[in-house]
Order: sequence, then C-alpha cells, then structure tokens
Amino acid sequence: MTAPALVDYADVVARYEPTLGLEVHVELSTNTKMFCGCATTFGAEPNTQVCPTCLGLPGSLPVVNRTAVESAIRIGLALNCSIAPWGRFARKNYFYPDMPKNFQTSQYDEPICVDGYMDVTLDDGEVVRVGIERAHMEEDTGKSLHVGGATGRIHGADYSLLDYNRAGVPLIEIVTRMIPGTGERAPEVARAYVTQLRDLIKSLGVSDVRMDQGSMRCDVNLSLSPAGSGVLGTRTETKNVNSLRSVERAVRYEMSRQAGVLDAGGEIVQETRHFEEQSGTTRAGRRKETSEDYRYFPEPDLVPIAPSESWVEELRGTLPEKPWERRARLQAEWGISDEELRDLVNAGAIDLISDTVAAGAPAGEARSWWVAYLAQQANARGVELAELPITPGQVARVIALVAAGDLNNKLARQVVDGVLAGEGEPDEVVESRGLTVVSDDGALIAAVDEALAAQPDVADKIRAGKVQAAGAIVGAVMKATRGQADAKRVRELIIERVGS
Amino acid sequence: MSLTRLTAAELAEKIASREVSAVEAAQAHLDRIAEVDGEVHAFLHVGTEAALANAALVDEQVAAGTALGPLAGVPLALKDVFTTADMPTTCGSKILEGWRPPYDATVTARLRAAGITILGKTNMDEFAMGSSTEHSAYGPTHNPWDLSRIPGGSGGGSAAALAAFEAPLAIGTDTGGSIRQPAAVTGTVGVKPTYGGVSRYGLVACASSLDQGGPCARTVLDAALLHEVIAGHDPLDSTSIDRPVPSVVEAARIGAQGDLSGLRVGVVKELGGEGYQPGVRASFDAALQRLEKLGAEVVEVSCPHFEYAMAAYYLILPSEVSSNLARFDAMRYGLRVDEGASAEEVMAATREAGFGPEVKRRIILGTYALSSGYYDAYYGQAQKVRTLISRDFSAAFAKADVLVSPTAPTTAFPLGEKVDDPLAMYLNDLATIPTNLAGVAGMSVPSGLAEEDGLPVGLQIMAPALGEAVMYRVGAAFEASRTADEGALVAPEVAR
Repeated sequence: MTAPALVDYADVVARYEPTLGLEVHVELSTNTKMFCGCATTFGAEPNTQVCPTCLGLPGSLPVVNRTAVESAIRIGLALNCSIAPWGRFARKNYFYPDMPKNFQTSQYDEPICVDGYMDVTLDDGEVVRVGIERAHMEEDTGKSLHVGGATGRIHGADYSLLDYNRAGVPLIEIVTRMIPGTGERAPEVARAYVTQLRDLIKSLGVSDVRMDQGSMRCDVNLSLSPAGSGVLGTRTETKNVNSLRSVERAVRYEMSRQAGVLDAGGEIVQETRHFEEQSGTTRAGRRKETSEDYRYFPEPDLVPIAPSESWVEELRGTLPEKPWERRARLQAEWGISDEELRDLVNAGAIDLISDTVAAGAPAGEARSWWVAYLAQQANARGVELAELPITPGQVARVIALVAAGDLNNKLARQVVDGVLAGEGEPDEVVESRGLTVVSDDGALIAAVDEALAAQPDVADKIRAGKVQAAGAIVGAVMKATRGQADAKRVRELIIERVGS
Repeated sequence: MSLTRLTAAELAEKIASREVSAVEAAQAHLDRIAEVDGEVHAFLHVGTEAALANAALVDEQVAAGTALGPLAGVPLALKDVFTTADMPTTCGSKILEGWRPPYDATVTARLRAAGITILGKTNMDEFAMGSSTEHSAYGPTHNPWDLSRIPGGSGGGSAAALAAFEAPLAIGTDTGGSIRQPAAVTGTVGVKPTYGGVSRYGLVACASSLDQGGPCARTVLDAALLHEVIAGHDPLDSTSIDRPVPSVVEAARIGAQGDLSGLRVGVVKELGGEGYQPGVRASFDAALQRLEKLGAEVVEVSCPHFEYAMAAYYLILPSEVSSNLARFDAMRYGLRVDEGASAEEVMAATREAGFGPEVKRRIILGTYALSSGYYDAYYGQAQKVRTLISRDFSAAFAKADVLVSPTAPTTAFPLGEKVDDPLAMYLNDLATIPTNLAGVAGMSVPSGLAEEDGLPVGLQIMAPALGEAVMYRVGAAFEASRTADEGALVAPEVAR
C-alpha cells in the first residue's frame, strides 16, 4: 500500500484550513525530583540517581517537591493562567518497562494552571493570541534503550536497557487550545509559539528548555478542514519534534500529507505519528488495537495541592519582565532597528549586552564589542557567545579604560585577549602585559618632533592649514611608540608643535 | 514463670532493671518459636542473629546506663508487609519471594530506634487481602486456640504469634479489619489507629487510602506502649498527620483503674443486627452490661449508611489494589518468569504465576471499576458513600464518646470453610470496614469466650480521628474488669 501523494503546500492552503494544537513538555531544572530527593543532573551514569520512591519499590511513597509546584505556578502566571486553589494528582495507569510503578503520577482533571493565553508575535509583527487550556505537573518516565532489531523501538529489539535516572523528574505539560485560522502561516505560528514559550520559560529560570537535550519536547496536533466548511477534521499527534525548525517542518509536512489523504478520498486516522528529523516526514506509530484506557483516579498517596492566594501573589511578584517586552524596551533604549535587534537575539547577545550596559558601559560600545570582536572570538573557538570566558563586567571595564584614555582600541583588544586567555581581570592584564597608553607628554613631544623633522613637507602642509595631513605624523608616532600612544593627544601635540 | 508469658510492660521492666537480659528474653521467644511454630506457622522468616544482636546491644546500653525507650529489648513479631533491610519482605506472595528491600519502613526504623527486638516476619494473606491467612502463598497460619481453625486475616500471623506466646508484641496492618478481626479470633488486642497516625512509608500498599499500621499485643497497655513507639508524623508519608500523638499509655493506665463514669458508649444499631453467632452476640451483650457497670452510659446510635460500606469498600479497595500492584512486573525485582519474547509477555507470565487467586480477583475487579465508562458508577459512587459514612460517624460521635460493636460476626472458623467463597469471607469484616472508610480509630479487645465453641470473641471500640486516648481508656477499663472476673484469655498449650 503506497501512501497518497503529498499535496503542494500552496495548493493545501488554498483548499484547506489547518487547526493547530501544541503540547509542550518542559522538564523543570529543580535540584531534586518531583516526588523524592534524588538529583536530576543530566547525563549522569545510568541508574545512579535513583531511590526506592523513583524506582517504585514496594512500600515507597511520593512527597511533592515544593519548588516544582512553585515553578508550575510561575509558568502558569506568566501564561496568564488562573491558578487552581485546590487540586489533586491522579494516577495514569499503563504498563511500560520504563515506568517504575506502571502508573504515572500526573494531574488529570484538576490541573494547577488553567485558562491562559500568550500573544505570539510573528516575524512581520503580526500578533496571534494562542489560548492556553492548561498547564499541569507530572513526573517523567525512565529512558529505554532498545538494542537490536530494525526500528530501535521495543518491538523487535533483542533486549532493552533501562535507565531510571530520568524517572520522576518534574515535568510541566503546557497544552494550547485549538488554534484555528492561521492558514498558510500555521507552520510559522507553531514555531513562533514554541520559540516564545521557550524564551518565556527560560526567563523564569525554571528550566534549561533545551530541545536538543529533551528538557523541552513538543507534540504537534494538526487537523485539516475543507476551506470554508467549518467542519473540524480528525487530528494527528506528531511526537519526536525536537527542534524549533522541526516544529515548522512537522506542521508543514502533516498539512501536505493529510491533504493528500483527503484528496484521495481517504480518512485521517486519529493516531500518534513520529517526526523523522532527517527526511522531514512523519510516520505512523504502532497502531493500537484498542484505545488506551488509562483508568485515571485520584492519587491516594498524596494530599491535594492547595496554593494559598498569598503564596500565588508572592510568586506573581517574582515574575521577570516578559522577554519580548524586555527586548522591545532594550531596542528603544539602544536605538536599534528591528533587523539589528534580530541579529542580537540570534547571536544570543541580548543578555550579555544588557548586563554590560548595567555594568556601566554605553550601549553602543557594549553592542559593538559583543557583535564584532567578541563574536569573532566565539566563532573562532566554535562556542556560543555566552560561553566565552569573559564576563559583561569585564567587558564594561575595558570600555571604561578606553573612555578614560588609558587604553586605545588596539590595546583594548589585547586586554580582552588576555582576559580570554585566562590572565585575570582587565586591570591585571594591563599591568602584566604593560599595555597602558603612553600619556607622558615629554616622551610624546620628542616622538612628534622627530616625526615632523623626518617629514618636513607634511609639517609644512599642516602649517598651511591642511590639518588632515596630520594623519601621517600620527601614524609615525604610533609606530614609534608601538601603539601605546593616545592618538587624540598625539594629534593635539602635532598641532601645538607645528605652530611653535 | 516463663519469660514468654510476661506482658511486654513486665518484660521491659525486668530488662531495664537487669533482672532479665534482653538476650534471655529474645532467646526464650526464639525457643518458643522453634517449639510451636511448626504447628502454628505464624512466621515466614525468623531473624535469629539480628534479634540476638539487637538484644545484646540493648543489654550493653542498659549496663552502660543509657536512657532507653520503655520497650527496649522486648521481642516483637513484624507483619511481612513492612520493609526490612535485614530480612526478606514477601507480603505473603510468590511474586516477592526472597525480595530483600534496600530500605527499612519508617515503622521498622522506629522499632529499631526504640531498642525493640524484631524476631521475624509474620504470615499474612497475600498483599493483605483476606480474612484467614489462607491466601498466603506460603501456607496458612493456624489458630493457637484450635489448630484446625483460622487465626483471622490478613494479619493472622501476628495475632497467632501473640496467642501462642511466640512474641509479646506484634505489628499488623488494617485495611478493612486485618488487625482487629485476627485479634478478636485469637483472644488478643489489636488497634487500627486513625488514618495517618502511623507512617505508611515502607508498608507495601494494599489500598493506600485505607491501609493503616498498628500495634498488636496481649494487653491494652502493651498495645498503648507500642502505639507510642510507632505513631507520629513522618515527612516521608504525605498522608501522615502532623499532630501530637495521643497520650494512649496514660489513657490506658487511667482506664485500668476501672472508672468510666461520664463517658457515653454508643451501640451502632446497624452493627448489631443479623448474622452474628449466638455466642458472639451474648458476649457483646455481656460487654455492654460490663461497660455500664463501669459507669459508662450506653446509648444507641444509628449509622444508616453503614449498610453500603461493604459495597463501597469492595470498589475502592480493588481499584487502588489494581494500580498499587501494577509495579510487580518482573522488570526490577521479585519473581521473573522469562517465558515469551517481549516485555509484555514476561510481565503477563510473571503476574500469572506470581499472584494468587484472591489478588487476581481484586486486580480484575479494580481494573474494571476504574475503566472508562464505569468510573462514575463504581469508583465515583463508592467515594460518595465513603463521605456519607464519615458523616454517619460524625453524627454518632456527637452522641457518644466511643462506639462499640462485636469485632467479627463469628469466632474462628475452620480452615478451608470459606476459602472458596469470597463473599462469605468478605462478611467477616462487616463491622470493621466502616472505620477504614472513614479513617477513624478502632480497636478489638477480648470480650470472653463464646459459649457454644469456647473460642475467643472480640469487642470493637471505635473513636473519632485522633481520639485514641478515650478508646484506650475504655479498652483498658473493660479489660481490667473482665480479667478480674474471668481471668486473661490464654490459648491452650499448642505444642510441647
């Protein structure tokens, strides 16, 4: 059986209206797990961050991590949700080897955050309001590694290895309402939503939100309805969408695929599909013979979560400025264009520049250091800008030394090189490398006089009022002082000396 | 007098005063176990070395003048449903045969901290499901009063160990009567504390919202002393109550003075009707007269929703069981039947081989009750009944300080009589189940022997949540008065 042909995207959007839904799982960066005291460090030796509770040993009991509840509430508040004054955890029952108890402790019909929204801004400035149905707390499962077999999945594997380090790590699942009416921009809206959600959660400091490490995972729900019909189509849920780009591609592919099925007179099967990163396609998961019945019921081992109003308000007070509002503010303060701002965002330079400004540097110079010289250095080292071994405070100090005339730009770069090489603070590098600008007029006058004497024709031109000719003398003086002279002072001295 | 005939309080005093060493006390009980347990089968595991080592440590501490708890050095039988890092924990199931937990239950840890000598682990119906210990995968326990009869269940091992003088103290768990009903049919004392009174951490769950660990002993005072050792808030159990433990030892001592004037004892109309064996009924009536004689005012109270308790219980319990027991899947510990190619097949084969018929019955019941489309009609409805039962208790406790009923409808029945008739078996817990559903406290104290068969009968005393003090007071007064008249209940010597 061959799948119906994909439909050209322009054709899809001409004849179908997509409805999007996004479910995003965020792994919280709490020090300990959701229901026990085990560490949550990423990449630890398998099965070293486990205890009776997260292994589901007989007799063990869960205890709710207060910090995780706090994080959930803060995420909810940042998404304009209401915080439920009372709610219970529930057990979601199903058997799978990486689930220690064969049930997942989650929230079912009593989520902690409900009814929110986020205004998502697209590249051209269009704003789409995405409704948030709920955000709830749950525990992550362990990880399975299926060895042998063709698919890398449990069926057909020779054997499977289980790592329970991740079992019990706190997760927040954020579920949007259906997002209709995005038309041809559906893939872009999906990507922008996930991007903005990632930035928002990052600004709260509650998760690393690294899609590449799985601390943020996205499921894309999509259905098509014939344009103008108003009839909602059957949706598919695509999992394994592990990058922002994949979000966009998965939506686009599913739109083309579903249109193909519908055009061929077929029906969309409500199913879970997997996104294939390499081909950019989705494929059906194993078809379940019966629909899963999770037999949810309230978790009897836990007491209800009942956040007091005063606690919620206290947490509301800890919310930082929204990242996009902050960006707009900084754009205005720094006086830069939309395009320049986007470059800074893409370079990951916003926080660095902002912190450099906060450390006392003028915005223009701070920006110029980070996007020019430091960006080059990061590039050369193959690291992110933020990973360079120099702090915004150190950059600000270098800028201050230049402004005070203690360094010129060339020397300043050498100081930065020294800091990057681990030679210490900027002032220590200046000291140890002997990089101070020569500001002793006596020495400079001698050098200026020598240069004027060597080039009498230039000296005459200057005397005749051609001040721009002084550049040649400045160059000669700088060369003679091995760059350590203050060029501005040299220029002043040249005018003085030719006149005398 | 043999050390095994002493009460825990007496033995503790002799150990503290160095009249008897803790090692002697432990050894006397180990000898008694060796002597009679072949016939009684109260124990699934006896930890001889660890018991003697603990006793030796207590003796050293006594000699050194270290301040010790009031039960230091007293031997105890621990129901095999609490995890113990130094002994297997099987819950009476093949699926956990030989499993050694890597951690101690909070109750276990508190016993150790109190210097109590844990002799071993006692037999029980598999995962605490049953009223006779016949559902243990390791064979039934026999009632020391008559070895052909059941010792009650699920905690029949703990109760039989007390009645057979294999231990002066034991720990049980009570989900629907598993401490109280065995106490009743073995002529011993058993207490189900208020839900949340004793930590469930390390208690292998049967039904989480109903399970409660509690003390078992031959006297009310001994139960009270043990109660104060194991009760109290535990941060590892979210459902444990963060309130002071009621002063039950003091209450038991006051009660033993025999004055109950000013107290109102409520007789629950709905727990006094049909279905009781005549000798049980007669013993209960005599108990009411005795309570009146002690100065209590006996009043009748009505709890109209108790008639639905059994039905609600057999929906809530199996639902929680079906989820709690899902973890036994051969992937991490316990039995593994490696038949079949896939994880799913291994799980199924292991559960098929590892669970007994009663456990399977309840898993299937619970799975069904929680299924989509049935949840509201079964689990949801049962939870509403539970609320109504709690309200019945509140109303009744507004009229009476404690409530009373016979603990079990019959005396110990013959082994094999009801094992194939689940409904008949379930009816044993008719009078004990409501307290579990409402989370209130209950105890069973011996009320004498039934005339027709000469077997022990129990009086159930129930008290409001955290109302254990008044319950112990009434229990101790009743016990003191009854033993003064009739003597303590002593099982016939079961083996020589």
